Amino acid sequence: MSQVEIIQRGIRRRYVVEGMFRACGLSALICGVVFLAFLLITTFVKGYTALQQTYIGLDITPMEEDFDGAVTEETLRRADYGALIKRSLREAFPDVTRRKEKKTLYRLVSSGAQHELRQKLVQNPGLVGQTTTFWVLADDEVDMYMKGNVNVSIPEKKRRFKDHAIELTKRLVQQDRIQLRFNTPFFSRGDSREPEQAGIKGAAMGSLFAILVTMLLSFPVGIAAAIYLQEFAKTNRFTDFIEVNINNLAAVPSIIFGLLGLAIFINLFGLPRSIPLVGGMVLALMTLPTIIISSRAALAAVPPSIREAALGIGASPVQTVLHHVLPLAMPGMMTGAIIGLAQAMGETAPLLMIGMVAFIVDIPGSPLDPGTALPVQIYLWADSPERAFVERTSAAIIILLLFLSLVNGLIVVLRKKFEKRW
Amino acid sequence: MKIPTSIYRNTVLMLATGLALVIGIAAHASRDYIQIVGSSTVYPFATVVAENFGKTTEFGTPIIESTGSGGGMKLFCAGVGAEHPDITNASRRIKASEFEKCQANGVTDIIEVKVGYDGIVLGNSSEAEPFNLSRRDIFLALAKEIPDPAGGEKLIENPHVTWQDVNRELPSIKIEVLGPPPTSGTRDAFSELALEGGCKTFKWIKSMKKTDKTAYKKLCHTIREDGLYIEAGENDNLIVQKLRENPHAMGIFGFSFLDQNSDVIQGAAIDGVEPEFETIADGSYPVSRPIYFYAKKAHVGMTPGIREYLDAFTDEAAWGDEGYLADKGLIPMPAAERMKFRTDAQNLNPMSM
Repeated sequence: MSQVEIIQRGIRRRYVVEGMFRACGLSALICGVVFLAFLLITTFVKGYTALQQTYIGLDITPMEEDFDGAVTEETLRRADYGALIKRSLREAFPDVTRRKEKKTLYRLVSSGAQHELRQKLVQNPGLVGQTTTFWVLADDEVDMYMKGNVNVSIPEKKRRFKDHAIELTKRLVQQDRIQLRFNTPFFSRGDSREPEQAGIKGAAMGSLFAILVTMLLSFPVGIAAAIYLQEFAKTNRFTDFIEVNINNLAAVPSIIFGLLGLAIFINLFGLPRSIPLVGGMVLALMTLPTIIISSRAALAAVPPSIREAALGIGASPVQTVLHHVLPLAMPGMMTGAIIGLAQAMGETAPLLMIGMVAFIVDIPGSPLDPGTALPVQIYLWADSPERAFVERTSAAIIILLLFLSLVNGLIVVLRKKFEKRW
Repeated sequence: MKIPTSIYRNTVLMLATGLALVIGIAAHASRDYIQIVGSSTVYPFATVVAENFGKTTEFGTPIIESTGSGGGMKLFCAGVGAEHPDITNASRRIKASEFEKCQANGVTDIIEVKVGYDGIVLGNSSEAEPFNLSRRDIFLALAKEIPDPAGGEKLIENPHVTWQDVNRELPSIKIEVLGPPPTSGTRDAFSELALEGGCKTFKWIKSMKKTDKTAYKKLCHTIREDGLYIEAGENDNLIVQKLRENPHAMGIFGFSFLDQNSDVIQGAAIDGVEPEFETIADGSYPVSRPIYFYAKKAHVGMTPGIREYLDAFTDEAAWGDEGYLADKGLIPMPAAERMKFRTDAQNLNPMSM
């Protein structure tokens, strides 16, 4: 057999192997894409309905006697707005008289409607004495029905949304008193146990404050540590030991950092629980190893010739690093830092230990007010019994994903902008 | 891009400010909002009260962490002061050991408020046949060891695979029960009420309670580990979702989840009693437990709003028969009991063990 024959015989096998290798790679990719598409599509399909919310239009006539005869700021605050709403519902449905039926009628409107009404009247006392159409939030069950999430074909006994409520809702539709509107409360409110009143803003602000604290702490400390370790520290047992530890820390489960934060910041320093400042500090501890490692890699990638040239024309070591090496390594460092921060954005486990996994209604105004974070909000809503929280959970996931893709987009832009080639 | 040398000075400055800030906040650590920890079973009710309280009073909305009953007690009993929570929720009564620990740490006066009852439901998908089980059936189906069906006072590893093995009248469906993990209070309560309830229907086991309490508890409370009982995590919604997808499986979850999902799941009747609002309230449904919360008297006057929160929680509009908590699935106490706990709460009467 000649050499050529041997090669020709093997050639077919080599093509097959090559083809199989490519097919493996491609199918792995397709697999990933399919899972991602599945995740995105199910989340989106479940979540997009949360962009709209059902409102009920009520003709409300607040009279002076509803405010103890005199409209002052004090009486405006104290008045019973629930009674006003009930009165208006009774007027709209004069035929509903039996006690149980009335209860169903009153329940069509969200329990938060009275607080909305109070706010509007306190801001605008001139509305007293005249009839105005107020659009108030409908109850979550009406909302679910309007969005087609109530299966009316099953027996009434097994349904929460009863036939009478359906009939009343249909009549509201006929009277043009029900509307699906853009869901502003979802973007402007804090958490609530009533799905129709629950919003994402509290969690978003909490996340924002925590991430700001994380960024301010971990970025300078991480970069300083990386520069020192990479450019100045002597290689000896001690620095080896530190390096091994940093690499280990990068792989430690995040809940450990939560325990550390609990022990140091809360128990030792006596900081309050549940505040984004502590959350941010814990997340900073968690992202530090990631930032240090990627920053060191970025510094190491700067060619020695740059340093030698700088030193050669008389720059001091500090000048060499700050004027020449650091600017070149900056894009790589930024990438690492942003990856670390994006990871921190999606963490719940360390926040659990320091009390940020909590029911917090008031929107935090500073890192010192109690607050939660976006992933925590998702977790809490996913655990709530009310059916209407399903769409809110999915909507919150969409927002978190959007935020993360924004951050990742930023990385790409930064890298493109500052990237240097040698 | 040029980085000035002053970066060092800036970094040092920043770190110094950070440290000063941290110490400053720690020094001023006082809260103007109520902090609540504790059971995940009470959480859905306490949060509704807290939200309402925040909206109707001038106080801030209390913040509530779901730490589990045991974890909550630990935080609550750690001491008096702004860094410790004001109130803890519990799906069981405070234990004597916890009470002592509280006393030792200076938490001497504790106000105990029983909130109402929570039913634990064994349910399946509405598409399947509804079950009718006795507590003995539940014990024989789910315990790790059961008395030998051949007779005698001998224990064997649970051999039952289908419900029919347990009781001839039950369908021949494989036993598959999704339930909470051992860390959960719901699981403890289920073991105690359902399993032990069935366990002590065997006379010789019941007499064991007096002779060897540890062995009795171990036998009556241990759930089988051969895969027929599936630990599905603390998330009751997940259990409900899995039941929808698998009509042969059963699940253990709180009554409020049955109440909210009555179109897709149904509860099994236990000892002939359906899990319904009325049957849990009058005590005829056997698997229900009281839920509580505990407040620190020493914090009244220190944290603003505690007295008012106690008042809001014990108001008829909240925990009464027609109150908003009943809408969320809480089973109210009888009126006389509500009266008693309300007076105790209003007068801040401390409990005694």
